[in-house]
Amino acid sequence: MSTDLFRIPPELASPLEDIDRAHPVAFRFDGKRLRGRAGDTLASALLANGVHLVGRGIKYHRPRGIVAAGAEEPNALVQVGQGTRGEPNLKATQVALFDNLSAAPVNVWPSLKFDALAANELLSPLMVAGFYYKTFKEGPASWWDRVYEPLIRRAAGWGKAPPGPDPDTYEHTHAHCDVLVIGAGPAGLSAAKAAAESGARVMVLEDDARPGGHLLARPRRVDGRPGHQWAAETAAALAAHPEVRLLTRTTALGVYATAHVTAVERLTDHLGPGAPGPRQRLWHIRAGRIVLASGAHERPLVFADNDRPGIMLAGAVGTYVHRYGVLPGRRAVILTNNDSAYETALALLDGGGSVVAVLDTRREPSGPLVEAVRARGVPIRAGYGITGTTGRGRVKRVWISPLAEDLSPRIAETTLDCDLVAVSGGFSPVVHLWSQGQGKLAWDDRQACFVPDPARPAVEPISVAGAANGCFELAEILAQGANAGAEAARAAGFTAKATTPPGVEAPPATPPAPIWLVPSDKPPGEGVGKHFVDLQNDTTAADIALAAREGMTSVELMKRYTLAGFGTDQGKTGNINALAILAHELGKPIPEVGTTTFRPPYTPLTFGAMAGRQVGALFAPERVTPMHDRHRARGAVFEDVGPWKRARYYPEGGEDMDAAVARECRAARQAVAVLDASTLGKIEVEGPDAAAFLDRVYTNTLSTLGVGRIRYGLMLNDDGRLMDDGTVTRLGEDRYLLTTTTGGAATVMDWLEELHQTEWPELDLHLTSVTDRWAVAQVAGPKARDLLAELAPDMDLSAQALPFMRFVEGTVAGLPARVFRISFTGELSFEVAVPWSVGGALWDALFKAGGKHGLTPFGTEAMHVLRAEKGFIIVGQETDGSVTPLDLGLDWALGKKKGDYIGRRSLARADLARDDRKHLVGLLTEDPGEVLEEGAQLVDDPDQAPPMTMVGHVTSSYMSPTLERSIALALVARGRQRMGQTVHAPLADGRVVKATIVDPVFYDKEGKRRDG
Amino acid sequence: MAQRATNLFSLARQALSHHRNWPRLWAAAEPRRHYQAIIIGAGGHGLATAYYLVREHGLSDVAVIERGWVGGGNTGRNTTIVRSNYLWDESAHLYEHSLKLWEGLTRELDYNVMFSQRGVLNLAHTVHDVREAKRRVNANRLNGIDAEFLDRDGVKAVCPGLDVSPTRRFPILGATWQKRGGVARHDAVAWGFARAASRLGVDVIENCPVEGFLIDNGVCKGVRTGKGEITADKVGIVVAGQSSVLAGMAGFRLPVTSHPLQAMVSEPIKPVVPCVVMSGQVHAYVSQSDKGELVLGAGIDRRNGYGQRGSFPVLEQEAAALLELFPAFSRLRLMRSWGGTVDTCPDASPIIGRTPIDNLFINCGWGTGGFKSTPGSGWVFAHTLATGQPHPLNAPFSLDRFTSGALIDEHGAAGVAH
Repeated sequence: MSTDLFRIPPELASPLEDIDRAHPVAFRFDGKRLRGRAGDTLASALLANGVHLVGRGIKYHRPRGIVAAGAEEPNALVQVGQGTRGEPNLKATQVALFDNLSAAPVNVWPSLKFDALAANELLSPLMVAGFYYKTFKEGPASWWDRVYEPLIRRAAGWGKAPPGPDPDTYEHTHAHCDVLVIGAGPAGLSAAKAAAESGARVMVLEDDARPGGHLLARPRRVDGRPGHQWAAETAAALAAHPEVRLLTRTTALGVYATAHVTAVERLTDHLGPGAPGPRQRLWHIRAGRIVLASGAHERPLVFADNDRPGIMLAGAVGTYVHRYGVLPGRRAVILTNNDSAYETALALLDGGGSVVAVLDTRREPSGPLVEAVRARGVPIRAGYGITGTTGRGRVKRVWISPLAEDLSPRIAETTLDCDLVAVSGGFSPVVHLWSQGQGKLAWDDRQACFVPDPARPAVEPISVAGAANGCFELAEILAQGANAGAEAARAAGFTAKATTPPGVEAPPATPPAPIWLVPSDKPPGEGVGKHFVDLQNDTTAADIALAAREGMTSVELMKRYTLAGFGTDQGKTGNINALAILAHELGKPIPEVGTTTFRPPYTPLTFGAMAGRQVGALFAPERVTPMHDRHRARGAVFEDVGPWKRARYYPEGGEDMDAAVARECRAARQAVAVLDASTLGKIEVEGPDAAAFLDRVYTNTLSTLGVGRIRYGLMLNDDGRLMDDGTVTRLGEDRYLLTTTTGGAATVMDWLEELHQTEWPELDLHLTSVTDRWAVAQVAGPKARDLLAELAPDMDLSAQALPFMRFVEGTVAGLPARVFRISFTGELSFEVAVPWSVGGALWDALFKAGGKHGLTPFGTEAMHVLRAEKGFIIVGQETDGSVTPLDLGLDWALGKKKGDYIGRRSLARADLARDDRKHLVGLLTEDPGEVLEEGAQLVDDPDQAPPMTMVGHVTSSYMSPTLERSIALALVARGRQRMGQTVHAPLADGRVVKATIVDPVFYDKEGKRRDG
Repeated sequence: MAQRATNLFSLARQALSHHRNWPRLWAAAEPRRHYQAIIIGAGGHGLATAYYLVREHGLSDVAVIERGWVGGGNTGRNTTIVRSNYLWDESAHLYEHSLKLWEGLTRELDYNVMFSQRGVLNLAHTVHDVREAKRRVNANRLNGIDAEFLDRDGVKAVCPGLDVSPTRRFPILGATWQKRGGVARHDAVAWGFARAASRLGVDVIENCPVEGFLIDNGVCKGVRTGKGEITADKVGIVVAGQSSVLAGMAGFRLPVTSHPLQAMVSEPIKPVVPCVVMSGQVHAYVSQSDKGELVLGAGIDRRNGYGQRGSFPVLEQEAAALLELFPAFSRLRLMRSWGGTVDTCPDASPIIGRTPIDNLFINCGWGTGGFKSTPGSGWVFAHTLATGQPHPLNAPFSLDRFTSGALIDEHGAAGVAH
């Protein structure tokens, strides 16, 4: 195992080096066992092992290497880990190395070295931007689904999804602060320090494992100390400050309305699998002010075949040398349009590498850095560019040529052999979050970059400092940071003093001389070389020119057509080149073309972190009643109704659902049965205007309801459609209790609150949800009174004392209880409500006393059958948002003499008064053993060809144990006028079931049974 | 003028000249003084309207004017789902007509809109869901629309990545399945219609915001734009989230509210979701693009707003819903999210037809589901503009249904309850 061949010898190591050489870390890449050092990223460890080829391009499958050293990396996507902890598409530059890390290249077949789809390059003259819109139409139309698309899909995509559920957990945290500083480079640290000194609550977010920003990778001096040391000390002081929270490995992702910032903290990713605690924490931060100090990204230069492994950003090369002690190459060529890359040349030389030449696109580079490099004997070729490169799997040679004044194509003058090309095209401020905060950008002609436009500030309270603000001089960066921090603190109401920024030693930052496309021997797209603009999407300069030619003149259209900026790096390095080339093609200045929208998140975010704890059972916490354990003990089968688990039926001795339901129904009809009705929504309305309020929201008149009396009520929406139903009990003069359907409880509560708060705020009342204040047992059956009388010896439950639709308070089974004489089964029925906490005790007491009466628990299914036998509707089953009370034959529940109520006007509209509307009816199948499918559609002419004329549908359908035959409820056009007529239900299996329209009340039409 | 078809051979021919001779997809146009018809809004619906006005109704003189760029509104911001399995007859017929147009669209437009009939699953998690799903399947079948109810095993067979275990918080009990449904490349739909319309002589005019209407005695005579006044015999408004704004300019009101709606994509991964998966109960819709991204639609923000900017908790909810269906996707990553502005109607059905102003027509209110109807919407709206009367397919979708009460309530059947 050859390893660490490219690690700089300790004696030449940079003072900035931040790896632990004494601590080797074993890892695997592409099946090979390699060794890095603690503190490495996967990228630095690969480079230390001389591994440059780490992936392949998406379209042409050309070899690709590591380009950058951070979040902006476009190329080096890897699959990390295996099994359920496997994770696709991580950027090697962001993966902290840990013991036994295993990484693999993505989207290569059969191997990274020999990739079959590299043959695509032969087709590259056809595979231009948007080619797929123009082709893949050949042959029969079915070839798209069968041939072309499957091929495209197989070729597309990077890594693979894990095979099973994630073993790790994620969490969310909310935080508030006065000043939020995003980025802990020199600007951010300086801002945080100034803000913290004012006493403001400060949060600082840093993407890196260490605060310091570019001070970690460039030799600087601040306040008389090495810059990285100043950063460490400043950060330590901040961390120790009681009002400061400094989070590292935490990336700010997005800015939303009301200064809401999301950020992800990577808690254990750097420790490897199995580390204790949550893996990632998503922060929701509400900040008083935001100081954005997110730095800048270096941008590449676009030249022919600029995509080979070993062609890297100069700043990244400098970072690998200084911070990780890695020499990404021994013979470097540097191509730049600014001074910063000269620092990289010096770093390489100091680290023991050689620099073959610096190619500077500027005619007359000068300045201390240039002179320092010249003094080291490095040839500097001014006014030169690279016109092409070669090297399979790693750059080997570059063709170079002086640039023509007009940048017209040039034949190469000579070649240089090399194993590294370090490129700098200047810097782009990281303005993503400024733009998300609705701040606008201005083009800075001197710096050749977009900067936050102070004249068009963000809607969110953001200020920007340092390189993110287009400021690249260290002294000024520190000053801007301090100012921004102090100003933010002042804006948040604190007194911040002006501070003198520390003295610095740093080379001057000269602006770049922009060059967006380095010419080669032919115009882009016409020679053999490809000028890549977006490495991740294999977008070339020729693609952008084609897009412009085809009329994609808006930068957003160009992006969508060429995919430039659509990758997982979101074009952090390449976007500026893409839009500059578009501007050139359109003959417009860059600011006129503008940028595409900066969309959140800044870097990709796991869905796990987004969901946090809201997974599995906590996706939607189950609501259960206090009797739930009793149902479970009886082996009940549950169903989901809204958020609730309700017992659907209680099978005994191997019964199936039908048998259990039949038994439960018989018990209710013949003896006594009990339903857990605790889940029904319960709302108390209290106040002097409660009665007036209810008169407006229910179709019935409730102001005339006597105290202690109950009324069945309907609630309509604005359109006159039935929204919910339930009972209304007048508990007192100013106090009502409403019940709602189980599923509709929250909706009704919201609706009533909305009406009260926005429509009739003058009404004096309060609404309180009491659903889980009262547990309810519905005791139904001819023996219900006998049973309850035994449990409530102090209460007179006789028909005279407690008639139907009356309510009384008392003691049942020793528990304080409300007893309601209402019936949803048609049988003599009492709903007994006791405090939620003693619901179980009530249930137990019922069964203790109920044995001799044959008390049987019944579930929702039997309840549905029993009510259907009586023709009672269920909202959501007999209704679907289109059904009015008139359709259901509930005219009697519409108050004729009362004032206005919600939906009343709508009921009078033409369509709702049509005489051919669908009516609720009963259906009896020809074959009494045939249970119609619920949802079956009904037609008059079963032989009609589709589209058939449907006259209605089956809403409910059961085998009725009471009637010993099947019954169904249906909505049928003109149904009430069609009693006795036949309709047909054509089923999916081809059968057609005949049924006769009948009255929807199948049982006890006279209602004799409800009084027992 | 006969246009030569674009295909592999034309690509090869163009490659010989280094693709230097491709024409613009749609011609750059500046407004003329008068048109037979002006369509406001160069989204898919508007462009399709212009295309069919010429193609089906023989108009020669049509312009589409757009304040921004072609396809920059909801056409380029949706989750690209196409299906026709709607509950009510009115909707089913309209969307099915559209689906049939989709099936021939790539050839019709001579532009590959990548319409992929991958099938659409609509999951049922509760007894209630199952009942509603069967009702819809039955209604679809009798309306001549392909529809099937799949049980749990059937669901698993169609989409093996779904966790169908009964122990999930909301176990999957079954699903409706429309095999002919699927997804399309949304941008290409706008570009394809723009290109085809332009080839038929339609002026596609970008960067041309409407600032007002020329209305004389209750009759619309044209529009006032950033590029001057343009008169027209007929004007159609097809501007989605901005509908109520333009209606306001014309002096009438719509029962439409605009809300932010967000969608998002994951990083591209190898194929793992073979069809479209929708669930109303957990509120998710998911498919995978040809590029490999998981495409996820979130719910609307409840607040009203014209900003194309939603809030993050809505996305978190969508991520949680995704993981309830596909727990294995927890380590996959959100790459990009964005917002659009949707125009929602009280009954979750569109408005396509006349307005209180003569010669001014409107096509709006598609809410969260307009993409699927792009060709059909354009087709019926073109008929409406050309003849002055709605086609039978869109007659039920008139603005006056809010007066008559003849609503087409698709809340329940829309798959995802907003």
